[in-house]
Amino acid sequence: MSIDISQFHEVFFEESFEGLEIMENSLLGLSESDDALDVINNIFRAAHSIKGGSATFGFMEISKFTHVMETLLDEMRNNERPVTVDAVELLLEATDVLSGMLTQVQDDEELDSERIKNVQGQLETMLGVAPEADVVETVANEDGAESGWTIKFIPLPHLLSTGNDPVRMFRELAALGDMTVSVNIEALPQLAELEPEECFISWSLELNGDIEEQQVAEVFDWVDGDCELVIQKRINEIDDSEDKNPEMSGDNAEKPAEAEQLKDVAKQDRREKPERRSKKPKAAEASSIRVGIDKIDILINMVGELVITQSMLSQMGESADENSFDAERIEKLQDGLSQLERNTRELQEAVMQIRMLPISFAFNRFPRVVHDYCRKSGKKIELVISGEQTELDKTVMEKINDPLVHLVRNSMDHGVETPEVRLASGKPETGTVMLDAYHKGGSIVIEIKDDGAGINKDRILSKGIEKGLVSESDVLTDEQVFDLLFLPGFSTAKEVTDVSGRGVGMDVVRRNIKSLGGNIEVTSTEGKGSTFTIRLPLTLAILDGQLIRVGNEMYIIPLTAIVESIQINEDRINGIASGSELYKLRNEYIPVVRMHESFGVEAEFHELTKGLLVVVEGDEGKVGIFVDRLLGQQQVVIKSLETNFKGVPGVSGATILGDGTVALIVDIAGLVSLAQSKALKNPYDIAEQSDAVA
Amino acid sequence: MSTAEALDVQIGSEANSQGDQYLTFLLAGEEYGVDILRVVEIKGWQTATQIPNTPEYVQGVINIRGTIVPIIDLRKRFGMPDLEYSQTTVVIVLYVNTQERTRTMGIVVDGVSDVCNVADEDLKSAPDFGGSISVEYVKGLSTVNENMVILLDIDHLLNSHELAQIAASDS
Repeated sequence: MSIDISQFHEVFFEESFEGLEIMENSLLGLSESDDALDVINNIFRAAHSIKGGSATFGFMEISKFTHVMETLLDEMRNNERPVTVDAVELLLEATDVLSGMLTQVQDDEELDSERIKNVQGQLETMLGVAPEADVVETVANEDGAESGWTIKFIPLPHLLSTGNDPVRMFRELAALGDMTVSVNIEALPQLAELEPEECFISWSLELNGDIEEQQVAEVFDWVDGDCELVIQKRINEIDDSEDKNPEMSGDNAEKPAEAEQLKDVAKQDRREKPERRSKKPKAAEASSIRVGIDKIDILINMVGELVITQSMLSQMGESADENSFDAERIEKLQDGLSQLERNTRELQEAVMQIRMLPISFAFNRFPRVVHDYCRKSGKKIELVISGEQTELDKTVMEKINDPLVHLVRNSMDHGVETPEVRLASGKPETGTVMLDAYHKGGSIVIEIKDDGAGINKDRILSKGIEKGLVSESDVLTDEQVFDLLFLPGFSTAKEVTDVSGRGVGMDVVRRNIKSLGGNIEVTSTEGKGSTFTIRLPLTLAILDGQLIRVGNEMYIIPLTAIVESIQINEDRINGIASGSELYKLRNEYIPVVRMHESFGVEAEFHELTKGLLVVVEGDEGKVGIFVDRLLGQQQVVIKSLETNFKGVPGVSGATILGDGTVALIVDIAGLVSLAQSKALKNPYDIAEQSDAVA
Repeated sequence: MSTAEALDVQIGSEANSQGDQYLTFLLAGEEYGVDILRVVEIKGWQTATQIPNTPEYVQGVINIRGTIVPIIDLRKRFGMPDLEYSQTTVVIVLYVNTQERTRTMGIVVDGVSDVCNVADEDLKSAPDFGGSISVEYVKGLSTVNENMVILLDIDHLLNSHELAQIAASDS
């Protein structure tokens, strides 16, 4: 049975995309910072890893393309070439092409060879006007190429354990031309001292034919740093071609640990046939998650503690009989249980942490988006990112990416004005787009804010009338006007640009966000700018909840929403004409929502004075929720009702209580609108009831 | 081929030779059947947590090993007279396929009866009852041990109405 190579492919792709991200971000940083050497080294290393990996897996196009990039970067890092804006732009474009190639290979699609050729050509042209030393070297190579090479290959003892097989390498070399191999066994110890897994022999090889140095060096790509290697032209035995090697092994030492991993992969791969598997399954949406080893270590520690606690408790249980449960033992038992509780809680938190990633994963791509847009449009925009450490569930992050890109583009395209217009209206020439993320209550809030022209309400309104979405006689609030933006087919852009203006975006944005259980709002001041606010639930998060009881049912109200819980004073209840009740809380009148009515359950108390009022902060101010009893507070794990059912208004999810039963988590905003719609449907019923109560 | 696939094929071929297997259960004296490959587990009735503003036959949700599973009372669903839940009342937990995903749902029935094989050709199409069980929910009728068994199409049954109703109450 053959090993499924595609699983290693996944690792390769994941790492390559990470590498690309590093390259892109570093390149963007490059245009600003002066101390560029570190940055270029970073980029170089990333490119080098991709090149090596792709060659191993037989993705030769990628490897060749990356090689050209790498050469350019190498010159930059050796200070042989200045870092120009043009070069950075070209490299940025090359990373795009590379990312495209990787995606295409991953999805088993045709490569976009025209674009690749084009960019590769540009890179080569840039290399063509290289500093002289390089040209000379190339010429020299060509001169000597006809005669052949002498290669001294002295593996370090651990070479074999890296999975490299010299015989295979020689076979590859032999394919290049006529070759004679002589072996040197001087270093070979006595049989008794022989370490069978180490390599003691070295070789010298004579390779004849019209071969480029690069071809020869490529064969030894994977043994960089695991051997001493001297490649010399056979006729002119000058040392100049040797200078490549110390440097190569030098950068090998800096290679991140991933490279080692890739080598292991290479080992597997070489044992198998090197071609790509023909029946590669279509790449699924990234289904794996990279978890820091520290997080795993924490988990393992915690499980260890859990096991200890468990054995302690079971020991106590085993040795116990009826009479031996004295006070001392009970105390011990209680200690053990509280320890168990702590262990469990910590373990739960740590497991949750695994799925949480800082939102910088999503934010990191925006410097590039803004950079590209500025170049294309001639606008000057500064991107300010804050709150990038805010953690968000991985699945949510993946799905929020596209809407975010769309909104940022929107802000740049429709929001921020051209420099001339900005100067004319007394604003600084450079516009600002702000990305911010923070936790608020049980949700995460992402804001996209610009200091541009703001949204022209009249234009939206007239457009809405024109499209028949509203009629002229309608009086709309600001919110309702802005809401029109999110309707399908709505776009107010005067011209359609390739960035936005086709009117397909905003409704999709809203749909995506809604599908995650979030919502999006706009606020805007004309001339000052607009803010898009996305609210997303923290799925899988643990919620601090207040357990309450209504009749026989238990519900959970998010603790973060609760302002206070009070006993109801009869004098402060006020009915109003629409059938609702208001409660006078200090200087405020807050509407009362009777939970049992909204949820249609039989309550223990119908008179307000007997139950309790839980005052919560809703979207539109404070609301008092009338419940029978308050129970304890506890942390609960949010489970979705939608997995096996449908979303239910007024309920944001469910959780499992300590006794295994299910309790529903109340969605405050939903509950309020539920109460409102019920009040509208049957105002008389409620009015009668409240009369009865009063 | 993975083990799971192999197993799948094996099960499939076995089922084909003898017809599909169905789990039959009792409901107000009648015998109904569901595809046995859809059955996750059979468990005794336990009190469910009510879901507000759902049709009466949605009994609520229960916790099955950490998953929140909605429970439908089939008697109420079919408009049959109520029966007090007792010790023999049983919940059959099933996989239900929808367009988007597979859901896990439970149905409350009077009792589980048997497992039987029914070949596809032995399925007789159901006449239109005109009752609360619409023909579209019935896969077919079959005779097992001289008794009529009504084989249900649970994908249809537990999807169309249940969820549509709840969706309607959304607005």
